[in-house]
Amino acid sequence: MSPAAVAGTVAPPRAPSHAGGTRAAGVAYVAPAVFVLVLVGLLPFLWSIWVSFLNLAGSTRSGDFVGLANYQKLLSDTKLWAALGRTFLIMAVALPVQLVLGMLLALHFQAERPGKKLFVALLALPAVISPMVAGSMWRLMFDHRFGPVNQMISAFTEKPVVLLWVVKGSLPFWSIVVAEVWQWTPFMFIILLAAIANVDRDQMQAAALDGAHRRHVFWYVVLPAIRPVLIIAVLIRALDLFRLFDVVWQLTKGGPGNRTETISVYMYIQGFQGFQTSYVAAIVVVLAIVLSSVLMLALRRVRLDR
Amino acid sequence: MKLLRTTLWYAVSIAVCVVFLFPVYWMFAVSLKRPEEIFRSPPAWYPSDPQFGNFVVLFTDGDVWTIVNSLVLAGSSTLLAMAAGSLCAYGIVRFHTGGEHLATFLIAQRLLPPIAIVFPLFLVYAQFGLADTHGGMILLYTAFALPFVVWMARGFLMEVPLELEDSALVDGCTRFGVFWRIVLPIARNGLFATAVFAFIYSWNEFLFALVMTRNEVMTYTVQISNYFGPQSTFWAKISAMSVLGMIPVMLLVAAMQRYLVRGLSLGAVKG
Repeated sequence: MSPAAVAGTVAPPRAPSHAGGTRAAGVAYVAPAVFVLVLVGLLPFLWSIWVSFLNLAGSTRSGDFVGLANYQKLLSDTKLWAALGRTFLIMAVALPVQLVLGMLLALHFQAERPGKKLFVALLALPAVISPMVAGSMWRLMFDHRFGPVNQMISAFTEKPVVLLWVVKGSLPFWSIVVAEVWQWTPFMFIILLAAIANVDRDQMQAAALDGAHRRHVFWYVVLPAIRPVLIIAVLIRALDLFRLFDVVWQLTKGGPGNRTETISVYMYIQGFQGFQTSYVAAIVVVLAIVLSSVLMLALRRVRLDR
Repeated sequence: MKLLRTTLWYAVSIAVCVVFLFPVYWMFAVSLKRPEEIFRSPPAWYPSDPQFGNFVVLFTDGDVWTIVNSLVLAGSSTLLAMAAGSLCAYGIVRFHTGGEHLATFLIAQRLLPPIAIVFPLFLVYAQFGLADTHGGMILLYTAFALPFVVWMARGFLMEVPLELEDSALVDGCTRFGVFWRIVLPIARNGLFATAVFAFIYSWNEFLFALVMTRNEVMTYTVQISNYFGPQSTFWAKISAMSVLGMIPVMLLVAAMQRYLVRGLSLGAVKG
């Protein structure tokens, strides 16, 4: 889940009230929340910076100082880079599909017809279900013997088809993509539906009256108007895809071998099954630095675009 | 022509819904099948003799305890996050406290993959014996929900007219009195929606629970993942537990349709 930050860039906070409000007075209001986040977020992170210079294994309390050894290991860890590449590959496939499908649905449901609200409510469901449950759901769907997916394919091809969805070849990759797209296309749809509905109707009608084709109205009126929301939606999804874990864990646990290991799955396995405590701490530190720099740049762009 | 277009529109709408809801239907269907019918190949499209045996087993085996755990963790952490979060949002809206720095700090909490947050935390929790305890998990979920609550609540608090607050201050109300008696009641609906979505996110959460809980406070999501054994997969329990996990979310979201866009986009988009 994601960048609250984006919210701030969309609607800047109102100026402080004139009636007796000072910054100092506000500190008391934000203190409890900041305290919890420092305690549970920041301090453990600082702790893991320290741990990343040691050679801890498992949850032992003490280890030797090894300097930058963990960081050196990280640079030459081909499995880590493979997991990173795989994560981006899933993102590169799933995100555009979600975006386009969500956009098509949002355009389809611009029509005001009886029953529209019910359709929209039903279509929103996948996006609010636990990703973990969604993963289990698709595991059932894709089961090679008892699942309906193979049965449907068999009905189409008119001969029995037994595809080992979560096991064989590139199928595990695609089953993850299908589950991802299924769950988050509705997210894109709901966000874009609202964004398009907020586009100035007069402007659209004026363009239509001037003889603009519907496609042109979409490209030159609707799309520029919903651009900020579009960027936010893509950012949220990109960050979610980057941390992809639940669905993969339920479908393949990163397997077969490590062919569907995403970066989160890789870190989980290294940290909690391989007990490479200090090494994973080093990965955490690097990820934090890289991700925050990238996101700061991205957010600056969004802000400038407004 | 018009009739044709209308028919086509409904045909497409229904087709899309069928495609997107089929997996959900399938989960419900499996949960109502008799165990021997679940393991039929090719599978039966609908339960021939719908029954609740799979759910009853969850109660008799005690697995339903994990649902109670999820309820306690998500419920308590939502209350705590709402208390701290709405105060924080008010500070940001009215006093601009912390400015850019606080905003950045809040972003940072949501920016990292959960694995990067929970791994360091696990090291600390292991030291202090907080892993697999109610207190430790509630604290974790409170922190997990806080950035979301602050940002969503912030949007609703900004909609409260300043004039109302100013006139209450002039009338001698304290600043906190204004927050408590004027701002909260006006923003009530939005804050309630915020709480509902915070609850759903914690209810749905898996990775933190997988790392941090073993026996004492195992959540239903971790329980489901345990049903996928190396030798056998307990489909009856998987489906029944998943249905129990989905039903509260479905009911809450049905009641919260108005706030769906904000809830999904973490308050970043107004619907």
